[in-house]
Amino acid sequence: MSKSERPNQLFRNLNAKVASIPMVLTALVIFVGGSAWTVLYSFTNSKLLPRLNFVGLDQYYRLWSTPRWLISIENLLVYGVLSLVFSLVIGFMLAALLDQKIRFEDTFRTIFLYPFALSFIVTGLVWQWLLNPEFGIQGVVRGLGWESFNFDPLYNSSIVIYGITIAALWQGTGLIMCLMLAGLRGIDEDIWKAARVDGIPMWKTYLFIIIPMMRPVFVTALVIIAAGIVKVYDLVVAQTSGGPGIASEVPAKYVYDYMFFAQNLGQGFAASTMMLLSVLIVIVPWAYLEFGGRKRV
Amino acid sequence: MRYQFMTAALAVTTALPFAGPAAATDLEVTHWWTSGGEAAAVAEFAKAFDATGNRWVDGAIAGSGGTARPIMISRITGGDPMGATQFNHGRQAEELVEAGLMRDLTDLATRDKWTEIVQPKSLLDGCTLDGKIYCVPVNIHSWQWLWLSNAAFEKAGVPVPKNWNEYVAAAPALEKAGIQPLAVGGQPWQASGAFDVLLTAVGGTDTFLKVYRDKDAEFAAGPEVAKVFKAADDARKMAKNTNVQDWNQATNLVITGKAGGQIMGDWAQGEFQVAGQTAGKDYTCLPGLGLNEVIATGGDAFYFPLLQDAEKSKAQEALAETLLDPKTQVAFNLKKGSLPVRGDVDLEAANDCMKKGLDILAKGSVMPWTDQLLSQDTQKQKEDLFSEFFAKPDMTVEEAQKRFADIVASAD
Repeated sequence: MSKSERPNQLFRNLNAKVASIPMVLTALVIFVGGSAWTVLYSFTNSKLLPRLNFVGLDQYYRLWSTPRWLISIENLLVYGVLSLVFSLVIGFMLAALLDQKIRFEDTFRTIFLYPFALSFIVTGLVWQWLLNPEFGIQGVVRGLGWESFNFDPLYNSSIVIYGITIAALWQGTGLIMCLMLAGLRGIDEDIWKAARVDGIPMWKTYLFIIIPMMRPVFVTALVIIAAGIVKVYDLVVAQTSGGPGIASEVPAKYVYDYMFFAQNLGQGFAASTMMLLSVLIVIVPWAYLEFGGRKRV
Repeated sequence: MRYQFMTAALAVTTALPFAGPAAATDLEVTHWWTSGGEAAAVAEFAKAFDATGNRWVDGAIAGSGGTARPIMISRITGGDPMGATQFNHGRQAEELVEAGLMRDLTDLATRDKWTEIVQPKSLLDGCTLDGKIYCVPVNIHSWQWLWLSNAAFEKAGVPVPKNWNEYVAAAPALEKAGIQPLAVGGQPWQASGAFDVLLTAVGGTDTFLKVYRDKDAEFAAGPEVAKVFKAADDARKMAKNTNVQDWNQATNLVITGKAGGQIMGDWAQGEFQVAGQTAGKDYTCLPGLGLNEVIATGGDAFYFPLLQDAEKSKAQEALAETLLDPKTQVAFNLKKGSLPVRGDVDLEAANDCMKKGLDILAKGSVMPWTDQLLSQDTQKQKEDLFSEFFAKPDMTVEEAQKRFADIVASAD
């Protein structure tokens, strides 16, 4: 058909490439450029206005000796591990249960997915009331006669982060359930039949056949959950505003507070650079395994 | 149809500049006064400014100063300045002034003799940078007040205390009567502010200045300040289980007699007034916690961003004059519950607590406050420390003081 033996790779699908230029530019200038700018200014002592007055690693030394930052990191770890594990487990369980060809499946699906339609701010406020010792769950249970019942996570420094995790799970598991359900529906009916013929119990079929087959769905779910974990901010602001004291602070809130309330851009940039770094530490090895490995095959 | 609409719209837009008197200039003024009393107070400014033939365009930003300030700052740095904006005078707008974004008002100040009319003089210091004046102070708000519920003490069977020490001694009786001795809301600035008040009241004015003005870290780690931390520890025990967030919710606990008292600035007075309570009868106010009667010259001020438009610049001058006008000062401050910045105005309608404040002011017992002495960065670190201290009973006094001294050492 065409005369040239080897078409120039650069001009293949030229239209598509031209069309993607705006997006490429946006990514380069806004994401990469903005990140580079932030990292650069994190080495300065910028206060209210960005200034190129380098102070080396001072902002980072200060950051890592600030108790509030250390508490934020600790909270993020607890929140992250718990919401990752429980979102996946609860989401998958719910999906597996819904997949048993039960009646009113649509109704249940809607009920479970409904919280996802609410923003984190609304979720936070709802759970602030639910966990309020006087008006919420504790109050109701005590009203039923169990006077010594104690459940006030939002007012107890040592367990407040669990109160926030509960709210996040309530909001987020519905979506994970839907993803899992879609994944389960994508599994060929014949595989179930084959497993049944071989006499494999149901839980074993799920664990050793279905879940490995659903790997792409799990990866998608993982990315969505992980992104939500790192940027958690509005939920905390609505539920506790970091309290009691500084017991439920998270890194994103530290960044915002120091950039805008404390008028210390340098410190905020240093903290956001650390957040970027932590994301990279998680993403890079994963991307390497996921995409780098495939080429060798 | 559409054509008609277009011409009509065009006619309106071209006609607008000629409508009204030639001097009428719109000036957008941003501020964070949005609660009932505050909005009524700011309306007095708007009325007075409109009377000068200009037009006040209200740019109220809901939320507290913490929410509003970043918005104002980003508008000014982003090249979309308003005509005038509120800040707490002191160091909040310092960098904006240094960057040349704010208008120098020195000429106007000399012409109108601000240095003579503004009382106390230290108020203008908060507006001055390198000998030039950049803002107009409009009121004085002081933090050093203890508000006590008379009903709560009656119920506990103890007399209403006359100072902090008596109050601490009365705490067990209050507790026995099922009353929260001290209300401290969960917002970080409340805990930090309460400590600063204790620092002035228990430690004394010199101690306060040595720590916050001279930033003497060794002194902050020493025995004088340790005494203050001991008092803060008492406050922490008395404030345990407050379980409210906002300052006005905490004030409400005092109003309803559920809490014995609250350390809060004189803006709390507005809440008592709205609840229909009378000073001296239903509640008692102790300036300086009854130990050290001084008034800190914190408060609100208006800054004027540098504008290119000559008309608007002229309107800015008119606004600056209006703000300091004796009549406006009285009307505004009565509604706001704050003290006027001029010594020569008459506040007959002031209530007992305001009169106490005016007396202290007349005696000249004034001192600068943290807004003037510390950067926002240091303030925030202080807030983090004290909100943790008040919420965490197992944090030792020694540890808190050590961290406090570290903050003072790196303060700017």
